[in-house]
Amino acid sequence: MTPIKTAVLSTTALVALASAAAAQELNALVWCDHTDPALVQPFEEKFGVTVNLKEYEGTAAGLTILEQSQPGDWDVLVIDAVDVGRAVEGGFLAEMPADQLPTADFFPEVVMAANNVIGGKTYAVTEKFGYNTIAYDKSKVDPADMEDMASLTSGKYDGRIAIYDYYLPVIGLVALGQGVATADITADSLAGLKDPLMALRKASKQVSDVVSAQTALATGDVDIVVGGGEWLTAVLTGENANLDWTIPKQGGLRWAQSIGVVAGSAQPDLALEFVKYIVSPEGQARLATSSCYWGMPANAKAGDALTAEQKAVLRWDRQPEYLARAQLYPIPDAALDTAMQDLWTEMLAQ
Amino acid sequence: MSLAAREARLGWGLVAPALAWTVAFFVLPFLGMLALSFARMDGREVVPALDPGNYLRLATEPQMLGALVNSLQITALVTVLSVLLAYPLAAIIAFRVPRRWQRLALLLAILPFWTSYVVRSYAWLLVLGQNGVLNQALDALGLGPLELAATRAATVIGFVHFFVMLLTLTIYANLVQLPPNYARAAADLGAGPVRAFVHVILPLTLPGVVTGAFLTFVLCIGDYITPQILGGNSELTLPQLIMLQLGRSGNFPFASALSVVLMVIVTLAWAATARWVRLDRI
Repeated sequence: MTPIKTAVLSTTALVALASAAAAQELNALVWCDHTDPALVQPFEEKFGVTVNLKEYEGTAAGLTILEQSQPGDWDVLVIDAVDVGRAVEGGFLAEMPADQLPTADFFPEVVMAANNVIGGKTYAVTEKFGYNTIAYDKSKVDPADMEDMASLTSGKYDGRIAIYDYYLPVIGLVALGQGVATADITADSLAGLKDPLMALRKASKQVSDVVSAQTALATGDVDIVVGGGEWLTAVLTGENANLDWTIPKQGGLRWAQSIGVVAGSAQPDLALEFVKYIVSPEGQARLATSSCYWGMPANAKAGDALTAEQKAVLRWDRQPEYLARAQLYPIPDAALDTAMQDLWTEMLAQ
Repeated sequence: MSLAAREARLGWGLVAPALAWTVAFFVLPFLGMLALSFARMDGREVVPALDPGNYLRLATEPQMLGALVNSLQITALVTVLSVLLAYPLAAIIAFRVPRRWQRLALLLAILPFWTSYVVRSYAWLLVLGQNGVLNQALDALGLGPLELAATRAATVIGFVHFFVMLLTLTIYANLVQLPPNYARAAADLGAGPVRAFVHVILPLTLPGVVTGAFLTFVLCIGDYITPQILGGNSELTLPQLIMLQLGRSGNFPFASALSVVLMVIVTLAWAATARWVRLDRI
């Protein structure tokens, strides 16, 4: 087939898909960054569809929603990259054609085939990533102290710390502080993390969700957010240029979110088009700078669609170093997950 | 068919939709939740069982009991403070504000209800924060900053602000129904203002007070937002514990057991106050 013929056929197929999608609705179960109208609007206009977005927090909550839904209720799922396996195991994700996804343009470290490709089949694709490390107000704390996790519990910053309320990254950070790699956290090594976690809790003022942590940092209620990163400070830099983040010498955690087509979707082609739009350079740039939280786009070509200022906030140029120093979230099995959550509950009750 | 039988049939017919609604959306889900509370987790799977383990866990693990105690303490404190603040406010509106201005006064009292509960909680955070409005005012007076945000005090303040409005309405509704002759009769019989209040006014307005206090108790003990935002997770409460099980753990059996305990507490509160609760007074 000649290239011209291919292009004509592809265009015809796309136009046909767009016509068929007229007045259609696409239902996506997402994280809050997808609810920025600036992100979904171009897709809605191109395909003449309405994208209905439902936010959820926590993989367990997301999977429960899917479990309690009828096949066809949902078309697209955004999920923690490390939990794609759980979703596949539950039969919630459909296979996607790998050749239609631009993973060759991605930062190699965030392709995360080990997570997104199961049994040789691609079920999800990484769309955004960032870091859970230490965010702080550099006008209030010594930035040199933030390079060493030990300074958090040295007494110098007691009562000026907020802990991000998510057990996986924070326990992971505490593990790194103790020289334990996130992949090596086991029921045995978890016992050794209890005292350092409790010490961190003792030194902190609060344990907060995203908005509360942002509010506390922005209003000066706390000066440090453990577990924070660019996703926490980027949307606030306009108001307070002193907000910064770093990966301490012990390392940090890399978070990543993936997107996939929900199994049983009544409109899998349109859902796939949505996934392709999200991982396209345009979709990636818009997702990276979403009003809810910022994060690095998985597709390196999104750099062309971002301004120099946006790239500076995202620390675009330092990614090679950061990617090398950050570890993935712990991926606990059910028993370890329960033990980690019990430890977290104990810490909250302290 | 006799008249009485026809009336009974008509009565059942009228009640049936509400009854069906209650059975479908309260009784059956509650029974489902009760059954689920005896199930157990096998890895990430819920296994149907008749296992009291979830209740034993609540009774034996200190952090779980601590959450229950925190919830009860906060709720009791909020209920008492709200009644103490709402009663004088309702009395002022009922007895001191001219009749034609009372609607406006009530409107002003409940104005904060028009704002989203979550937004109002975050607004309080900005007031009570380290550099918030309150501390700036205290600083200006040379009284130094207070550590309020992310404490139990902040949670209580947020709750009291909300529930004083509710209680003011229920108490006001009682107060305006009191014929002024009662107070006058008490005075004629030699009772001073305090005695007249304690022996005449207060007992007669008790249904409004108890109804409002019961609603405050129910809404406060089940609230997740305020301790989360204003309390900064500085201490665990029962609703937060339930949310942890649902959002993070997916441990529905334990969340169900905690919810059943919450229901039992509310039922006990109802049993203790049912004698005075008069929903028709609000």
